[in-house]
Amino acid sequence: MTPESALQLQKLGYECLIEKGAGLAAGFSDATYEAAGVEVVKTAAALWKAADIVAKVRQPTEAELKRLTKGKTLISFFNPAGNEEGMELAKSKGANVIAMEMVPRISRAQKMDALSSMANIAGYRAVIEAGNNFGRFFTGQVTAAGKVPPAKVLIVGAGVAGLAAIGTSTSLGAITLAFDVRPEVAEQVESMGAEFVYLDFEDDSQDGAATGGYASVQSDEFREAQLAKFRELAPEVDIVITTALIPNREAPELWTKDMVEAMKPGSVIVDLAAEKGGNCKLTVADEKVVTANGVTIIGYTDFPSRMAAQSSSLYATNIRHMMTDLTPEKDGQINHDMEDDVIRGSTVTFEGEITFPPPPPKIQAIAAQKKPEVKELTPEEKRAQEVAAFKAQTKQQFTLLGVGGALLLLVGLIAPASFMQHFIVFVLAIFVGFQVIWGVAHSLHTPLMAITNAISSIIIVGALMQIGSGSFLVILLAALSVFMAGINIFGGFLVTRRMLAMFQKS
Amino acid sequence: MQGFTTAAYVVAAVLFILSLGGLSNQESAKRAVWYGIVGMALAVFATLVGPGSGLWLLSLLLIAGGGFIGQYVAQRVQMTEMPQLVAAMHSLVGLAAVFVGFNAHFEIQNVAQVFAIVDSAKDADLSNLGAFAKLIAKKTPAELGILHVELFLGIFIGAITFTGSVVAYGKLAGKVTSVATKLPGGHALNAAAAALSVICLIWYTASGGLFPLILMTLAALFIGYHLIMGIGGADMPVVVSMLNSYSGWAAAAIGFSLGNDLLIVVGALVGSSGAILSYIMCKAMNRHFVSVILGGFGGPQGEQMAVEGEQIAIEAEGVAAALNDADSVVIIPGYGMAVAQAQQSVSELVRKLRAQGKNVRFAIHPVAGRLPGHMNVLLAEAKVPYDIVLEMDEINDDFPDTDVAIVIGSNDIVNPAAQEDPNSPIAGMPVLECWKAKQVFVSKRGQGTGYSGIENPLFFKENTRMFYGDAKQSLDKLLPMID
Repeated sequence: MTPESALQLQKLGYECLIEKGAGLAAGFSDATYEAAGVEVVKTAAALWKAADIVAKVRQPTEAELKRLTKGKTLISFFNPAGNEEGMELAKSKGANVIAMEMVPRISRAQKMDALSSMANIAGYRAVIEAGNNFGRFFTGQVTAAGKVPPAKVLIVGAGVAGLAAIGTSTSLGAITLAFDVRPEVAEQVESMGAEFVYLDFEDDSQDGAATGGYASVQSDEFREAQLAKFRELAPEVDIVITTALIPNREAPELWTKDMVEAMKPGSVIVDLAAEKGGNCKLTVADEKVVTANGVTIIGYTDFPSRMAAQSSSLYATNIRHMMTDLTPEKDGQINHDMEDDVIRGSTVTFEGEITFPPPPPKIQAIAAQKKPEVKELTPEEKRAQEVAAFKAQTKQQFTLLGVGGALLLLVGLIAPASFMQHFIVFVLAIFVGFQVIWGVAHSLHTPLMAITNAISSIIIVGALMQIGSGSFLVILLAALSVFMAGINIFGGFLVTRRMLAMFQKS
Repeated sequence: MQGFTTAAYVVAAVLFILSLGGLSNQESAKRAVWYGIVGMALAVFATLVGPGSGLWLLSLLLIAGGGFIGQYVAQRVQMTEMPQLVAAMHSLVGLAAVFVGFNAHFEIQNVAQVFAIVDSAKDADLSNLGAFAKLIAKKTPAELGILHVELFLGIFIGAITFTGSVVAYGKLAGKVTSVATKLPGGHALNAAAAALSVICLIWYTASGGLFPLILMTLAALFIGYHLIMGIGGADMPVVVSMLNSYSGWAAAAIGFSLGNDLLIVVGALVGSSGAILSYIMCKAMNRHFVSVILGGFGGPQGEQMAVEGEQIAIEAEGVAAALNDADSVVIIPGYGMAVAQAQQSVSELVRKLRAQGKNVRFAIHPVAGRLPGHMNVLLAEAKVPYDIVLEMDEINDDFPDTDVAIVIGSNDIVNPAAQEDPNSPIAGMPVLECWKAKQVFVSKRGQGTGYSGIENPLFFKENTRMFYGDAKQSLDKLLPMID
């Protein structure tokens, strides 16, 4: 919780409590919390007692879980897949536990996806750490003291962390290459300004959509092709950032020992998968090691803590969004809606039952892969199509002219000459009309309608010719027509003029 | 005087053509109206002094009276009410055509009565009858047959135009529900009425009696009413331009029956103008004219793609911050802007943004609003310069380079489903590709779907933020925050 998110939570109708000194590491003093209307509680134990909803970051310890009572809600990272005892304990206490890492990956839940928030920070920080340990510029420069080539950065895995790393790296000016087993992310990678590394590998590539937006285990052939490509790249790249993680599995080995040996001295590897064993087997978790050939391998696992202020504010926002979803009425009362995909997915114990693992979400995580594009036509084919279209058009026009002409001749055979004279005028006028109207600017279509309205009142001429008749009925009808046409003529022309006067150039 | 009248008609016809042709750009258009006015004055004057007209004073008084009302209406009408006004004016033309058509019939009857008294046409005393009757008297039986068909058609089209326009007026003015409603029986009723009209045509040409004519008029009035009742909301631009076209054809048909070339020429001009407008509108909606007229959506219907994601709301502060940062802004107005009367606020926003040196433009979809070109007129009224108001084809390629796109009260014309979902009812309709802009703000009253009831995936896109609320109020809230 940050002072800012506390204000938002209060708007939802909640009272906020915080442990004394909890925000210090992130630069939030107790005083700022108090200023935001948060009650500062002296000890954690008192806090657990006083609060109905407890939000924390790290997986709760056994002692903490024991403090839970029925009806309390705990929002935290929980690692439910590897924390059987924790769930049992929470279940026996009757508390509801929401595990932040279980928030499903659907767009609606992005705002409370703490994993993504943390991955984002890790990706950013990875580049910064790499730069810190890299002895050269990222960006290429031509200085008075000579030319400096740009650094070449390879990012393996274009998930949230990978994309954040790509963004940071490109904005620092490095040449950035990125790889991912899911070819559909190539577009995202390229949109961030990096180059996507394609494999020469023909296979029904995996659809990330089927696995909830996460990568999954690859076939052996694919792995081989991938490693061969990396081996090829290893001597060229200066910085490698590996982010490849598969949920609930050991991190796949992607950067082998021989690749490390092939790299230039001074190169840096940042292994974001260090916690799960590392994408590079030489990685030591939580440590920075330098190999015999001068390659630095960074295996820190605490990137978010290295940027405490940023991670706190992001996590606080995630929690706040979670609270917003839990409090649809904004009345300070939790409505634990187990029908809601997001809430259901992230809840691991609810009212004395273990609800893990959740059923698959109703909505698919990310868009399915696009069908292959229609292949480009060769110039000859295009030409042939154009010719065919032209022929078809000519044929159509000839048919139309033929049928129209024949019909006209037929009419001419039976109709008297006086009719045909008018008919010629009519047909020609239609042609003139079509030619003229196509030239009218689209923006003037409303004035066009108004003016055609006015001139179609030319029917007044007909009425004027009849008004001189002897019959009363005829005079009456003609007079009415003249009157109505009069309204139209004046109304139409004047409103057109009014409209046209409004059109002004800047 | 016959020669003078004909010459005046030729000049008037040329002036009318020039008047329509002048609408090709905004500057020449201002001159073009005068061509039209002069042409009309000349035509009326020539007819009055020409052979056969009588009751000068009455005619002039009636024109003046009508003119007074017309002038009053033209000055009072709000630009947002233009669609209603145009529809109302169509109905007058339609009704006038019906009256003139009936008059022609009565004159034929009168002439026939005179002929019935005397044995041969030579001895007939036609001095009591008008000029038109004298014209009829000279006609051969074959020509009279043609005349019957002509005036029949004139009345038929005029009657459809009349009731159709009245219903269209009611719908556009909000006096009749704009939802498509049909009587039980649907199009079968229309078909029956049309069939009845055809029978009446045969009957009328054979007998020349008044009854089939009246019967047909009633049928046509019903068709006009029922046809337009069955067309709703966003299809109104097509309806209005179609009625515009009909009013032209009615005038042309009457011109044939009166043997008046000026009426024929002008009727054909107006008729083709309306037809082209309808064509453009249909093209812009990727629909067939027939399916618009018969109501309901055409095209393949299937399982529509489910929309995923969430509509993310944003407050005025956020929009203002994005606008202050943006270099290029495109605004997409729709009917919602007209409803909320927000064009002045939009104009003010544009003025402020342009004063900061930003590139602000408008993107107008051909079917935005309820009348072809409706948005252009509204923006012009709010003093938005017309050279920053662009058509769909001119601006669609620029969206990827646009920082902020603001959608104000439009829905279907910015629906990406038209391109992405082949099963969507609007699949293939050309749309403004605003989602390619870096950020999209949608000003919309609530979460509902548009007229067509089609879910709009644009609202769920990641770069889209929903700016809920009445368009005018939202913009007014936004304005002070733009510096």
